[in-house]
Amino acid sequence: MDPRRSARTVSDPKVRQVGFFTPAAPPERSCSDPPRQLDPIQSLSPSSAQVNDHSPSVDSVSPVMIPPPPHNNSDTLFRTDLQVTSPKTAFSYSAKTVTLPTENEDVTSSLSPSRKVVTVKSSSSYPCVKASSVPASELTTVSVVNLPPGISEKAGGASVEVLNDRPVSSKSLKEKTSKAERRALQEAQRAAKAAAKAEGTKASSAASKVVTSANTKPSKAAKPSSQKNDGSQVAAFEKKVGDRAPEKDRKKDAPHPRMQYDDTSRVEKAKKRAVVKQTEVRNRVELFRHLPQYEHGTQLPDLETKFFELDPMHPAVYKVGLQYLSGDIWGGNARCIAMFQAFKEAIKDYSTPPEKTLIRDLTARISSYVSFLIECRPLSNSMGNAIKFLKNRIAKLPLVLSESEAKATLMSDVDRFINEKIIIAEKVIVKHAVTKIRDGDVLLTYGASSVVEMILLHAHELGKQFRVVVVDSRPKLEGQLLLRRLVRKGLSCTYTHVNAVSCIMQEVTRVFLGASSVLSNGTVYSRVGTACVAMVAHAFRVPVLVCCEAYKFHERVQLDSICFNELGNPEAISKVHGREDINYLDGFVNQEKLQLLNLVYDATPSDYISMIITDYGMIPPTSVPVIVREYRREHLWS
Amino acid sequence: MWWRSASFILDRQQEQNAAVPPNPESLLLSSPPPSMADSLQNPKPDISAYYQTRAAHHAVVTSDWLAQAHAAVSIQTDDDDSSVIDGKIAPAAGGRGGDKAFSVIDEFNSWRKQPDLAEAVAAIRALAAVIKASQATTMMELEIELKKASDSLKAWDTTSISLTAGCDLFIRYVTRTSALEYEDFNSARSRLIERAEKFGEISCKARRIIAMLCQDFIFDGCTILVHGFSRVVLEVLRTAAQNKKHFRVFCTEGRPDRTGLRLSNELAKLDVPVKLLIDSAVAYTMDEVDMVLVGADAIVESGGIINMMGTYQIALVSHSMNKPVYVAAESYKFARLYPLDQKDVGPALRTIDFGVPIPSKVEVEKSARDYTPPLYLTLLFTDLGVLTPSVVSDELIQLYL
Repeated sequence: MDPRRSARTVSDPKVRQVGFFTPAAPPERSCSDPPRQLDPIQSLSPSSAQVNDHSPSVDSVSPVMIPPPPHNNSDTLFRTDLQVTSPKTAFSYSAKTVTLPTENEDVTSSLSPSRKVVTVKSSSSYPCVKASSVPASELTTVSVVNLPPGISEKAGGASVEVLNDRPVSSKSLKEKTSKAERRALQEAQRAAKAAAKAEGTKASSAASKVVTSANTKPSKAAKPSSQKNDGSQVAAFEKKVGDRAPEKDRKKDAPHPRMQYDDTSRVEKAKKRAVVKQTEVRNRVELFRHLPQYEHGTQLPDLETKFFELDPMHPAVYKVGLQYLSGDIWGGNARCIAMFQAFKEAIKDYSTPPEKTLIRDLTARISSYVSFLIECRPLSNSMGNAIKFLKNRIAKLPLVLSESEAKATLMSDVDRFINEKIIIAEKVIVKHAVTKIRDGDVLLTYGASSVVEMILLHAHELGKQFRVVVVDSRPKLEGQLLLRRLVRKGLSCTYTHVNAVSCIMQEVTRVFLGASSVLSNGTVYSRVGTACVAMVAHAFRVPVLVCCEAYKFHERVQLDSICFNELGNPEAISKVHGREDINYLDGFVNQEKLQLLNLVYDATPSDYISMIITDYGMIPPTSVPVIVREYRREHLWS
Repeated sequence: MWWRSASFILDRQQEQNAAVPPNPESLLLSSPPPSMADSLQNPKPDISAYYQTRAAHHAVVTSDWLAQAHAAVSIQTDDDDSSVIDGKIAPAAGGRGGDKAFSVIDEFNSWRKQPDLAEAVAAIRALAAVIKASQATTMMELEIELKKASDSLKAWDTTSISLTAGCDLFIRYVTRTSALEYEDFNSARSRLIERAEKFGEISCKARRIIAMLCQDFIFDGCTILVHGFSRVVLEVLRTAAQNKKHFRVFCTEGRPDRTGLRLSNELAKLDVPVKLLIDSAVAYTMDEVDMVLVGADAIVESGGIINMMGTYQIALVSHSMNKPVYVAAESYKFARLYPLDQKDVGPALRTIDFGVPIPSKVEVEKSARDYTPPLYLTLLFTDLGVLTPSVVSDELIQLYL
């Protein structure tokens, strides 16, 4: 574990600086920076985690934060190195870790502007850091002298500096690496790789290499280019951050589902990165302005033409994205499986680019895929969980694995997830749920849930005598599909629309519902209309059973279906297919005063739910947090 | 202050008179080859053996039962009154101890006869006897044997939830205790037996804990409505009386086995003011009542309880009148069951004596228990502490997952 981490740290000196730069940093702090630039050396040691621990606390000035130098040889190497260049910097690590020596004070006076940029760079991940506050030190200029000209030139071009203090929101970031940035990354990564490769001999040779490459970092800082954070870098950064605390990891790793789409500036930024050119619908319902809503049907041809141009996107992922967009893959499980299959394909065809590490690059790659998929259709909670799982598996890959081994491990992990968490889970749910069906029951279901369908078919196979009421609603009418499959198997069914649910509920004895996700306050987040059915059932004292695999459980709490939801195509509700005579809204759709709302999900409060059937058994909705807790443990740290 | 275990309440009270149940006379273990007499069928599968024994323990005699008991006495002249009763239920129990092969069910029945021993404890003791009698040489063999035994026990009386819960609990203990994996077989075996033996103790201790926990809820001058005869409830009330609390108790009659009569008897001995109600007078008297206190046959995963018939309606009435409903039950009654409605639990049938002949055309509802949903319960007093109904499932998940 340790060597891998350190390798990662090596390749990105940005983070290493972060912890030690503060807006109000006293001068002696900043002058103690140059050695820290060399941290890559030190990061070969286990203390890298410790460093990471500190990095977020930007304001804390305490010298205690500074990690002690663990590697003596590198330390001395560095020291000698610097001593050649500038006697002023000939202080030792140990001196720095404790209170800083006074001799540094005079150094501060002669700080050159080149340092500044480095600081800014580090601040790119922490918006509050102001570049001007940290004076640059002359040390860096000195070190440039020390460098071979080729490297320094290269490094100079590679300055990764972000002046716009946009926070690193982990929103979807397009993979559009600028050349300079990429080069900077590669530069660092090459050093990292070299270090990693020379396992036995890394102590001396690799360390020196790292020293040089690290030295380039501060020096290259000359060119301030104001480009955006590129996706890969942010992802890499995320990974690094992920090391220090699982909570943080979770927050960052999870594709941020809640970009507020009424925040125009952000939407603009997101749009610039977007692969999918979505056109916003103009008239959105007031309450739901924060949700993305696009004109449907416009992007598909555009995307299709792009199919061969988008080199970073794997064709399989691209295909799945298009399927999401067109609505060919709809259900939660189907989407999740399709996504994972695509990722599996992508992993299979993946080869680590030269000078990159598999773990970081693949994570970045997956992140870019995910953001592409989000553009096609917002992720569901279950997919978020699945992605978290995959990223976790990637992060936890042992470094000793070769690329092919790592890929095989990941692919089998993906298969295992699909198999255990979805397919077997469904079977277990069916097994539990069937015990709740008695002869003479009338079962009501809403929409088309794959698990509920399996339950009904299985109960039928067992010879139970029961009737099914399939309740459906416009515009999807997915219930018809379920109805068709049930009737074909010989079940006796009743089909009705949700409008009639209060009439039909009298004769119903059990309500079986699927769910997109179950939140930790017991709220069931499911196809729009589910809440209505559950409430009617509750009013009639009919038990409501929600069937949901445990991987769809989410720790979030949601009280309504407004703050997080998905908007469907408004055209779907304004028009009725095959009914030309219903044309009252023709020409009205773009009217300023008309707002069409086609919600996709709703939240059913736990009061209306009698039982949740999961792969862990039958539980009351109040026990969801327990499952979430237990499940996380095995999910993330297995 | 916070305690992990509710047993602190016992420690706080320095009265540690461990009222261990009278140990069995002898175990009669000739340790023959363990042939699980699966052929041994419950002689009256339509009548819940569980409720039969309870009736026997409570010594409430219905006329129907008397007639049967007389018949049994004439068949086998046994002085022991409990085995007279038992003779009617399971004639197989009579032949126990002879050269007959060892049977869990016999073992279980003999344990069950002890009036102070809960059903679950009897089941666990019976399973311990299986371990003792077993000639297994590996843990796996023993596990399989135990599983078989518990299955046959469960099959013998499917109506008894506490029997099932007890078996599950013990099997869970056997399969889950990781320490068992590492030590050698013999010590693991003796550990299991020891554990099983401790269970009886635990069950008695649990009652004491519950009684202590309840004391905070019984205040001077309160009126408590009690339904059925529960050893835990009796213990609670006894402790309250010993603590010089002034309260009065309304006992429902508890037809048809008239368990309320028995409870009122016991309470009268303790000088607690008791009023006996017929079962249908619950709503009538509810406005005088301050709290409802019931025991439970089982606490199910939803947090609801399965208890003697009539509990549900009492809970409904008290809910509509905003009176708290408290349940006192030991934690080994937690069962992995999730009934959705009344009919979801298999009915435990019993004979009902109406005193007059009933025409054969008239159907009689014979179920002995009902299910009270968690919605109508206020708190559960268990030896794990005072729980809200929703915690039950959490505890169960941690126990079984």
